[in-house]
Amino acid sequence: MIRFVLRRILGIFPILLVVFTFSFVLMRVAPGGPFDAEKPVPPEVKRNLELRYRMREPWCEARFLPALQGVRSPDEERALRRASPWASRAERVCTGLFQYGWMLGNYVRGDFGPSYKYKDRSVNEFIRAGMPVTLQLGLLAVTFALGIGLVAGLVAAVYQNRWPDHLAMIAALLGISVPNFVLGPVLILVFSLGLLWFPPARWESLSHVFLPGLTLGSAYAAYVARLTRGGMLEVVRQDFIRTARAKGLPERLVILRHALRGGLLPVVSYLGPAMAALFTGSIVVERIFNVPGMGRYFVDAAINRDITLAMAVVVVNAVFLLVANLVVDVVLGILDPRVRYE
Amino acid sequence: MTSTVPVAAPELEEIEGTSLWRDAWRRLKKNRMAVAAAAVLGGIVLFCVAGPLFVPYSFDEQNLEYGARGPSAEHWFGTDLHGRDLLVRTMYGGRISLAVGLAATLVSLTIGVAYGAIAGYFGGRVDAIMMRVVDVLYTLPFMFVVILFLVLFGRSIVLLFVALGAVSWLTMARIVRGQVLSLKQSEFVDAARAAGVRDLAIVFRHLVPNALGPIVVYATLTVPRVMLEEAFLSYLGLGVQPPMASWGLLVSDGANNMMLHPHLLIFPGLLLTLTLFSLNFLGDGLRDALDPRMRT
Repeated sequence: MIRFVLRRILGIFPILLVVFTFSFVLMRVAPGGPFDAEKPVPPEVKRNLELRYRMREPWCEARFLPALQGVRSPDEERALRRASPWASRAERVCTGLFQYGWMLGNYVRGDFGPSYKYKDRSVNEFIRAGMPVTLQLGLLAVTFALGIGLVAGLVAAVYQNRWPDHLAMIAALLGISVPNFVLGPVLILVFSLGLLWFPPARWESLSHVFLPGLTLGSAYAAYVARLTRGGMLEVVRQDFIRTARAKGLPERLVILRHALRGGLLPVVSYLGPAMAALFTGSIVVERIFNVPGMGRYFVDAAINRDITLAMAVVVVNAVFLLVANLVVDVVLGILDPRVRYE
Repeated sequence: MTSTVPVAAPELEEIEGTSLWRDAWRRLKKNRMAVAAAAVLGGIVLFCVAGPLFVPYSFDEQNLEYGARGPSAEHWFGTDLHGRDLLVRTMYGGRISLAVGLAATLVSLTIGVAYGAIAGYFGGRVDAIMMRVVDVLYTLPFMFVVILFLVLFGRSIVLLFVALGAVSWLTMARIVRGQVLSLKQSEFVDAARAAGVRDLAIVFRHLVPNALGPIVVYATLTVPRVMLEEAFLSYLGLGVQPPMASWGLLVSDGANNMMLHPHLLIFPGLLLTLTLFSLNFLGDGLRDALDPRMRT
């Protein structure tokens, strides 16, 4: 068991390296630089900025394209690069490798560097501000999903093929089908602007978090309900349940004490992938309810081409997802004696 | 699922054989909710494809003086802030949303079936490595990568198809692999191998067709998922660009103006939800019909 956990923890690092490398390459090959869109800065300033962010590496320039060091304007540089395409390419790859090593070192130390867009703020500041909010939102959504989903799924399984079952399953399908960006505005329309029960936006008190949590959690509640029902029906057919019934246990105990443990396995194993979907969903929910979390920072960063921030969000998310999946696997092993750690 | 062997009965009267598909069709017809879902879906497709022929407005025809108004006799769904007819915009939006759903599902189908079938057939180390890759990909925050991709490389519809398809094949690969694993022990595979059929031909001519049931079911369930993702991206302003419309974009417009003009949110939102609901219902019905063992 401990060996299994240790091996899985070690297994996380290569995956993170792949995620990091992939987003780094995406960032390098994307057309346009972070300083292109703005008001043209003096070439010297631009060059210094690029040196600071390691988008230029003097060593590489000296080695492959020495003429570049004297170049000042973008037009000159473009002409020079076109004149010797192979040297230009070699210089790019060289600089990229240097930058990769530099950024990887920083990431390992937990330093995500400065934001490209907001030059006076570090990416770490954004993440420190946004992550707790997103985690709270996610936790709330999971609570809703499990609370509503488990009860609905249990009721459906106990009353299989009777009206509570049909009702719960149609509600679940509806929950899966209503997109959260339709549900969110409708909830605001009804409960905030119509009934004035909850505030429509921001992130301050408990009443502020209710609607976003519900919006984010509804689809997962629906999945949980379906999985609970399926899992329970699977277990209820097995022999040990018949034994429990035969020895005269009341149905309530048969369900809650014997069947539930096995019936919940699909739900537990779903929680890993659900975590990924929750982060994704929070992108849009945070936007609807104006919640200052990671999801909103991410979309803003992507649109502003604030690539260091966007990249850090992707990597940090991957860390959370991998850890969540690890926890789910361990819990699954504890709940299900059939799982073997090899 | 085994292949059906035609029963030869020359002396007796002709007996109509039954196949998996005919059985499934019979079961599906008995499922009234699934039939209703299919009918609703057909209606929506017809509405989106043929509808614009009967509406005397075009999707980008503006009438700024008219502005946003609620439903009326001339404009059944009302008009948006630019005075464009919402009915015809909803139809065009539906075309795009449905097209993205189908195209991206096709992409994910191609990748997923090929990947899963190859992993399942060759087994052993190939299978272990290929499925480990799938496990890893499962844990990644894909939507973030897609968003990054769309922002960095331009927001074209084709890119949208490919990006969405490329990230939704994982479950399909797992399902097909499972099917192929259990099918490859069958006699007809031995027979094909004995007859000298090459490995890839066995996979794609013999094994995949026999796994078609679960593939169809899962593909049906992929369409609404992908449509949801497209709408999600369009909602964020990263998918289809105005003046074109998709349901996600229309809902986004509607949500921004819902205080004054709730009809802008309600009509496209309702249609999108109805489509997704019908597709999910149909998918569930198909699953019950094609694979009764999976029924719980």
